[in-house]
Amino acid sequence: MSKLNLTLRVWRQNGANGEGKFVDYEMKDVDTHASFLEMLDVLNDELESKGEAPIAFDHDCREGICGACSLFINGRPHGPENGTTACQLHMRSFQDGETIVIEPWRAKPFPIIRDLVVDRSAFDRIIAAGGYISVKTGSAPDANAIPVAKEKADKAMDAAACIGCGACVAACKNASAMLFVSAKVSQFALLPQGKVESNKRVLDMVEAMDREGFGNCTNTGACEAECPKEISLENIARLNREWVKANFSVG
Amino acid sequence: MQLDSRIPEGPIDKAWDNHRFNLKLVNPANKRKYSVIVVGTGLAGAAAAASLAELGYHVKNFCISDSPRRAHSIAAQGGINAAKNYPNDGDSIYRLFYDTVKGGDYRAREANVYRLAQVSNNIIDQCVAQGVPFAREYSGLLANRSFGGAQVSRTFYARGQTGQQLLLGAYSALMRQVQLGNVSMYPRMEMLDLVVVDGHARGIVTRDMVSGRIESHAAHAVCLATGGYSNVFFLSTNAMPCNVTAAFRAYKRGALFANPCYTQIHPTCIPVAGEHQSKLTLMSESLRNDGRVWVPKEHGDKRHPTDIPEGERDYYLERRYPSFGNLVPRDVASRAAKAVCDEGRGVGATGLAVYLDFADAIKRDGRAAIEARYGNLFHMYHKITGEDPYSVPMRIFPAPHYTMGGLWVDYNLMSTVPGLFVLGEANFSDHGANRLGASALMQGLADGYFVIPYTIGGYLSQIKGGPVDTSAPEFKASEQFVNERLNKLLSIKGKQTVDGIHKKLGRIMWDNCGMSRQADGLKKAIEEIPKLREEFWNDVSVIGTQGEFNQVLERAGRVADFLEFGEMMCRDALAREESCGGHFREEHQTPENEAKRDDEKFTHVAAWEYKGDDEVPTRHTESLEFNYVKLTQRSYK
Ligand SMILES: Cc1cc2nc3c(=O)[nH]c(=O)nc-3n(C[C@H](O)[C@H](O)[C@H](O)COP(=O)(O)OP(=O)(O)OC[C@H]3O[C@@H](n4cnc5c(N)ncnc54)[C@H](O)[C@@H]3O)c2cc1C
Ligand code: SF4
Ligand code: FES
Repeated sequence: MSKLNLTLRVWRQNGANGEGKFVDYEMKDVDTHASFLEMLDVLNDELESKGEAPIAFDHDCREGICGACSLFINGRPHGPENGTTACQLHMRSFQDGETIVIEPWRAKPFPIIRDLVVDRSAFDRIIAAGGYISVKTGSAPDANAIPVAKEKADKAMDAAACIGCGACVAACKNASAMLFVSAKVSQFALLPQGKVESNKRVLDMVEAMDREGFGNCTNTGACEAECPKEISLENIARLNREWVKANFSVG
Repeated sequence: MQLDSRIPEGPIDKAWDNHRFNLKLVNPANKRKYSVIVVGTGLAGAAAAASLAELGYHVKNFCISDSPRRAHSIAAQGGINAAKNYPNDGDSIYRLFYDTVKGGDYRAREANVYRLAQVSNNIIDQCVAQGVPFAREYSGLLANRSFGGAQVSRTFYARGQTGQQLLLGAYSALMRQVQLGNVSMYPRMEMLDLVVVDGHARGIVTRDMVSGRIESHAAHAVCLATGGYSNVFFLSTNAMPCNVTAAFRAYKRGALFANPCYTQIHPTCIPVAGEHQSKLTLMSESLRNDGRVWVPKEHGDKRHPTDIPEGERDYYLERRYPSFGNLVPRDVASRAAKAVCDEGRGVGATGLAVYLDFADAIKRDGRAAIEARYGNLFHMYHKITGEDPYSVPMRIFPAPHYTMGGLWVDYNLMSTVPGLFVLGEANFSDHGANRLGASALMQGLADGYFVIPYTIGGYLSQIKGGPVDTSAPEFKASEQFVNERLNKLLSIKGKQTVDGIHKKLGRIMWDNCGMSRQADGLKKAIEEIPKLREEFWNDVSVIGTQGEFNQVLERAGRVADFLEFGEMMCRDALAREESCGGHFREEHQTPENEAKRDDEKFTHVAAWEYKGDDEVPTRHTESLEFNYVKLTQRSYK
């Protein structure tokens, strides 16, 4: 088992309106088997023992599925490994003696709450605007009544794998939420169950996205490159087609 | 105290229909005069909140995470059961019912389980209509697989992310109701007390986790869907914030807690890697379909696994259980792994692991076939351990995973406090002493979509609707209690960290109330836990203040509750002088080391009543009757 000595340069900010700054912490003998968040736990335990405020960060499942963790590590959302959330990142991905810079997501629609914790409720509001099929409990037909071609179902599943973490927004120089929104729009557009409301859905969700202050998509592709679930840019193309189609049918 | 389960009269297959017919209804125009608090946004909570709002009730929905979509349910991997019988392989509502009662080692209520099996089919219909992308065949119809040793293929799945997809389905239905103004959503709000007025649940007190503000919320009824308590062990497969706090606060306000000692230890988890370990990762048990479990025959054999010749390996599950082999149920597999490690034949750096080897499967079916079946799991294992399971056997070890115990509820899912309903993993209702794979998702959604929308009406129709407020003195008293407790935690300013004490508790629980239990150990734990509690209240260090975003304070409150709850678990385990399902008492086993029930004395639910902080809780019982399923001793030989 090997051990690392590291310098952590962490963004500390006391409350939404507090003034933020980087603070350096020296870490000795970090176990390479530890996950990135466990490494932060160890640091926090030390800080708490010294009577200092631990570093606040969001985390929940620690299995790469809930989308809670949201650390900007060395200039990349979720750190250096592709297709990996910060909680699934392990210290063996770092070098002895390295300085690791840790920041929160930086995007206007995601205001900082404390240290590395941001407010991503804008995503919930976008879903509330139309990210659903309007079926009431109890009113569904038999599950096999409508066959869905396997390729379509698989593609819908690829899109549905989005964990709502916001890395795509953090990665984008325009803070665009297109990848997130397109993943939901695509999931439903690909399924017969979702077709009925597809026009209204795409218009309402895009409008909500704009209202929340997310930027425009200029096709730089940074979102796809940094998405821990490897959500494809294909979805953005599909969203654009859906949007155009919806505008025509409404207009 | 007499526990009335309110099981409807008549034949079991008609019970739910008759009961629904007999329940009083709230007429549609009156529904908006009633408000309901739902705590939790996992499968049970989100499904309930959405469904109740659709009916016209006003719903206030709370959760700890920043978004309802992140509830712990999101992490479920394997799948969800239903009695659709699409594969035409002999499944039926009756068989799902039968398997669930048997799997629970005859410690669940027949009528509840039957209802669960009945509504299982509606769940799949509902989820498909919501756009849940379940796996499909080339025909375009839904695919099924067999799971957890079931003899029929009744499990529906969405890759290895079934929980995520089901939860996102429920979340989308919930957000639709938020948009329509029927649900008020309160994320990052932790329930810290239940408010009972004139014997009825009337609201909750919460802490806003961003500002620290303590608030009261009133409603005509309260539903808890706050999940399970595996984190009492510190290390478990549960998400970090999973806790017993909401349920335990309700217990202290008069709700009985049933079967707290029924916990499930999952056999296939990635072992502990070091002191830093914060949680354990589950590897789907579908792996046992192709992997062979073994340890070296010799004690302390430190050779690399691939250097140990076939003849010097002990495939102990295949040896001990020739007919089920590697597919024995979870509890049997877990205890067998512990036994070989206790003998000193465990592998890996800590000696607390066994091998799960795919070499033979790869030889037989080819690497591509194994990759198609388990690619994502192998990938995850590789990411976490840095080892390649295609060339080196996986190392696995059991870990706490699910809790069958929970707040006692009747057939209507109502606790012993009128107006307090409990849903999902937080109640004790359907799994008896052991839960079958892919049945928790089914139960959570059954409770939320298809049971509570009916049964809550039966309660609400009997109480007055109209405006509710928090003016009753009980609200002020609860707020004061919550404030004092938080201030107390902050004022200790001791030397030990919250996690440090939580780890100590976890150790006590794992050693004495884990995979196997015995009277001496349990008695020792019952002495040690109060001492640790004392240590906590005198020497814990909780940094910061109340009026700010303070994750240490959040954890401290939860650990304080675990420190009381753990003791009750041990008392329950001690009182249950038999082995059943996940509860294994070493004193009660067959000559082949299998769990030995005592049906004469223990065919009952144990439900604990709070008597005061310094008092031993009282154990009540609800006897279980089996009119349909024949009680037999499980055998997997
Ligand atoms: C790794 C893993 C894999 C699993 N795989 C499967 C599977 O394949 N099939 C299967 O059937 N089951 C599986 N299970 C079990 C299943 O996932 C859970 O039992 C189920 O999801 C629990 O759902 P729930 O709605 O009852 O609670 P949860 O999903 O735990 O939700 C609890 C909710 O309550 C909220 N909450 C808790 N306390 C408070 C409080 N004090 N105040 C406010 N809010 C609070 C939380 O924020 C959350 O929203 C798995 C479990 C794990 C750990
Ligand atoms: S698209 Fe990818 S990066 Fe964006 S929220 Fe979804 S999972 Fe995260
Ligand atoms: S903590 Fe859940 S995805 Fe990282």
